[in-house]
Amino acid sequence: MSDQEDILATAAGWLAEGETVALATVVETWGSSPRPAGSHLAVTASGRLAGSVSGGCIEGAVAEAARRTMADGTPQLLDFGISDERAWEVGLACGGKLKVFVEKLEGQAA
Amino acid sequence: MKADFLARLQRARAADRAVAVATRLTDGAQFLHPEDGLPAPLAAAADAALASDAAASLPHEGAPWFIQPHNPRLRLIVVGAVHVAQALVPMALGLGFAVTVVDPRRAFATEERFGTGVTLVDEWPDEAMERLAPDARTAIVTLTHDPKLDDPALEVALRSPAFYIGALGSRRTHAKRVARLAEAGLPEEAMARIAAPVGLAIGAVTAPEIALSIMAEIVARRRGAALAGR
Repeated sequence: MSDQEDILATAAGWLAEGETVALATVVETWGSSPRPAGSHLAVTASGRLAGSVSGGCIEGAVAEAARRTMADGTPQLLDFGISDERAWEVGLACGGKLKVFVEKLEGQAA
Repeated sequence: MKADFLARLQRARAADRAVAVATRLTDGAQFLHPEDGLPAPLAAAADAALASDAAASLPHEGAPWFIQPHNPRLRLIVVGAVHVAQALVPMALGLGFAVTVVDPRRAFATEERFGTGVTLVDEWPDEAMERLAPDARTAIVTLTHDPKLDDPALEVALRSPAFYIGALGSRRTHAKRVARLAEAGLPEEAMARIAAPVGLAIGAVTAPEIALSIMAEIVARRRGAALAGR
């Protein structure tokens, strides 16, 4: 069994296989967020997922946003929270709030 | 993250160097601490993140920054390549520990029994322990039940800053062990560092249950949970 928190290694492995990969990172939390700052979710354009940035509430929305970052290479800073209904329809059942940074992992000789 | 930056980060991690990634969240610009020479406020935040092993965010020159520490893996040194060790090792690997199993008895510390994800050492425990030099990010568990193997390992462990030292054995076994170590010159307060009987009291019976109780106690000690106190 390998380290199940080492999402970066998983993402780097996917990249080496030729996948297009985005890495989402929890950068700030308020209230009762289930995952601490620094937690990663890695996604590929082909639909693979590893890790988590919440208890499962917002992974779908983050993966959706990651598609844009994978397409144009522009990083995004996403806000999630029960009080923020403008940009995102998903909220956190726990009442927490968090910010998630999404970046594309660039492969060698890109 | 640029390809060459990811490669540098992965090299540092593979070499067990403590580094931190500083990311400017407005445009994704990234720097590797300490080698990239961050501005003083960011460098200080990176040092603090490494010391506390916790990510941090802070504003710098009008932009939000995120600091991700990458400390070397915690280490677990297991003395005794016994049945409980076979259950303990995969759990520890899954929890992110770099694991070393020490046992001079060749029939025990084999790749067939422990796989390839672990370092197997067939030196005598005192020599192995001196060489492995446990630090404050190291946990040590003795499992052999044999004083000839456990005691020398514990003597080295108790002179180190290891954050957890556990020894398998009943209360009676441990009382005898303490008496032997006292005779060898170890002070009372050193002995008080030994978690014995090892592991949280969850009524563990089988090898995997004992391994679970040990890993639970190591995590509790590491995270400063109240139940880690004995």
